[in-house]
Amino acid sequence: MKKTGSQIIVECLKKEGVDLIFNYPGGAVLPLFDELQGAPFKQVLVRHEQAAVHAADGYARATGKVGVVIVTSGPGATNTVTGIATAFMDSIPIVIMTGQVPTLLIGNDAFQEADIIGITRPCTKHNYLVKDIKDLARILKEAFYVARSGRPGPVLIDLPKDTLINSTEFKYPEKIFIRGYQPTYEGHLGQIQRAVKLMMKSKKPILYVGGGIISSNASKELALFAERLGIPVTMTLMGLGGFPGNHPLSLGMLGMHGTYWANMAVMESDLLIAIGSRFDDRVTGKIEAFAPQAKIIHMDIDPTSISKNVRVDLPIVGDCKRILSKILSFLEVEDCTSYRSALDKWHHQIEKFKVIHNMNYEQKEIIKPQYIIKKIFELTKGDAIISTEVGQNQMWTAQYFPFLKPRTFLTSGGLGTMGFGLPAAMGAQAAFPEKLVIDISGDGSFQMNSQELATLVQYQMPVKVVILNNGYLGMVRQWQEFFYGKRYASSCLEGTSPDFVKLAEAYGAVGLRANKPEEVVPTLKKAFSTPEPVIIDFVVDPEENVYPMVPAGEPLNQMRLV
Amino acid sequence: MRHVITLLVENEFGVLTRVAGLFSGRGFNIESLCVAETLDPTVSTMTIVTRGDDQILEQVLKQLNKLISVIKVVDLIEKDFVEREMVLAKVSATPETREEILRVVDIFRGKVIDVGAKTYTIEVTGDEKKINALLALLKPLGIKELVRTGRVAMMRGSKITTEHES
Repeated sequence: MKKTGSQIIVECLKKEGVDLIFNYPGGAVLPLFDELQGAPFKQVLVRHEQAAVHAADGYARATGKVGVVIVTSGPGATNTVTGIATAFMDSIPIVIMTGQVPTLLIGNDAFQEADIIGITRPCTKHNYLVKDIKDLARILKEAFYVARSGRPGPVLIDLPKDTLINSTEFKYPEKIFIRGYQPTYEGHLGQIQRAVKLMMKSKKPILYVGGGIISSNASKELALFAERLGIPVTMTLMGLGGFPGNHPLSLGMLGMHGTYWANMAVMESDLLIAIGSRFDDRVTGKIEAFAPQAKIIHMDIDPTSISKNVRVDLPIVGDCKRILSKILSFLEVEDCTSYRSALDKWHHQIEKFKVIHNMNYEQKEIIKPQYIIKKIFELTKGDAIISTEVGQNQMWTAQYFPFLKPRTFLTSGGLGTMGFGLPAAMGAQAAFPEKLVIDISGDGSFQMNSQELATLVQYQMPVKVVILNNGYLGMVRQWQEFFYGKRYASSCLEGTSPDFVKLAEAYGAVGLRANKPEEVVPTLKKAFSTPEPVIIDFVVDPEENVYPMVPAGEPLNQMRLV
Repeated sequence: MRHVITLLVENEFGVLTRVAGLFSGRGFNIESLCVAETLDPTVSTMTIVTRGDDQILEQVLKQLNKLISVIKVVDLIEKDFVEREMVLAKVSATPETREEILRVVDIFRGKVIDVGAKTYTIEVTGDEKKINALLALLKPLGIKELVRTGRVAMMRGSKITTEHES
């Protein structure tokens, strides 16, 4: 049967099981929007295309499914770039469809034309310009497959207007074969056996796990493995939630703002087992001094992650979940018992690190941001989806909210995108209307996508935005305090931000404010029981810093503790 | 270290930019690049000559492999291979130098493919060493213009680089 390009897209999206689309219309993509009316997908009209991608990203992180975005050509397309780069750095599966000027006008500087394929080539896993409508169905199928398989990532499809309008015979491609793309899922058996041997020989092992645990849904296998051998687990920012933060074996986060004991344990370890993590500079600090005594085993689905920054002794390419299952099958019960008890000394050593710096802070007359985050955890018992912006708000959340389950922490790890949290929370709330979704924000970051309050109100998405308002771009100020002689160039917002309570009300949301420590819990309780979207303006200590801190380029054991 | 890399890629628009982008994004120079269709019209071969330390090159090779439009990557430097390049050179030809140019071209088994009032245009094929030796001899005679194709390369013996799953 003949169908128009727009009809083909709708059919293909149905086949992919899409249930939600974040979109923003415009001239070039109108034929598709016309067809989407009445299609069986929930559609959310955002207020800026960047937010559409972050929302689809939040949806994908929270559900594990592919997020979908449809926007128009030119500025609609270029506005998506930050969102795409964010998803690319964090390996989040999204399919972005952009309108494009008609094929004949491409390259003519037509109205609202941008070479979005060229622009997004370095920040997508792959991208497609549909030049022939006959390729449309295959390209859509490939795009979803590429986005979610292997190491996931964003895929963009550029749709010239004529391909949306013209018709062709529609046959859904049931199979795909991409000869240049065959991800490795099964780890090499010999390597796995060698890894097990290395593990059994180690006396001070540590598991260093990242976002790969979450994207491969390997949390259960990881917990079994860690428990069976009694190996302590430290997580990257992206790995938080991949292992329960309140587990006795959890050391919390490592790296620049990691816990003292996690960083010291890495420096002292004799075997570092990296799983789905990529030795980012914020994790390793001075690379030559990272885990100096350790042999390194690295499991990752992406061969380019291996030996990129740090020479690895034993690489295993494959899906973390499958590799861990294989490892579990090789572990003999008796060996595990004796191995575990031999680690007692190692655990004692780590306990001693905890005495030196135990993440304490003093709550006096001004609200401490850490206190708010601790209270959010206590009130929710961890049963909430938390997004953050970027900066101090993000680091305090990572430090003081022990995430219990995977896919409950949405944060821009690799790119560090301010303005991510609110739309990401929106995406998660759209996926789980009944869940409590909280964006932990700063007064700076919040203003980078605050227009999305309108979207929250329009679709009655009851996201709670907690603004840790310190009147500064706090992390910038902290760096300026430490490294630039307290010269606060362009980082002070005090007295320049809008009244966030009134702003919330102007959009039709609820605005709350708290100035004193004793108001924190009642205000949070009130917000959590309000069925509307809520903004809470917490006026916090303006010059509180994030500790510990490893200054950029220093070894992990060179931490500033106060 | 110098590397000669053969890539099999999808024969479609944009692939060259994807490949080139991987090099430029890391501040890597491509010394020479040659692209053309293979026996299978849906596949092209790229021969890239580049220099870099081993760790960076290992990363580039993996990144190339990761590109969805790239079907196969072979670093020929690990294999036994032959390579050739063709040059066209326009050399000034005076009554005093004509004989000498013809002799040199003949020794290198080149050809004069165009004769002007004051120039010879010559064509020579060979590996890097041969081309460089020829150019060194012609230089004092006056090379007015030089165009090189970039290297093409192939494994020796019956091994086939262009074999791949289809």
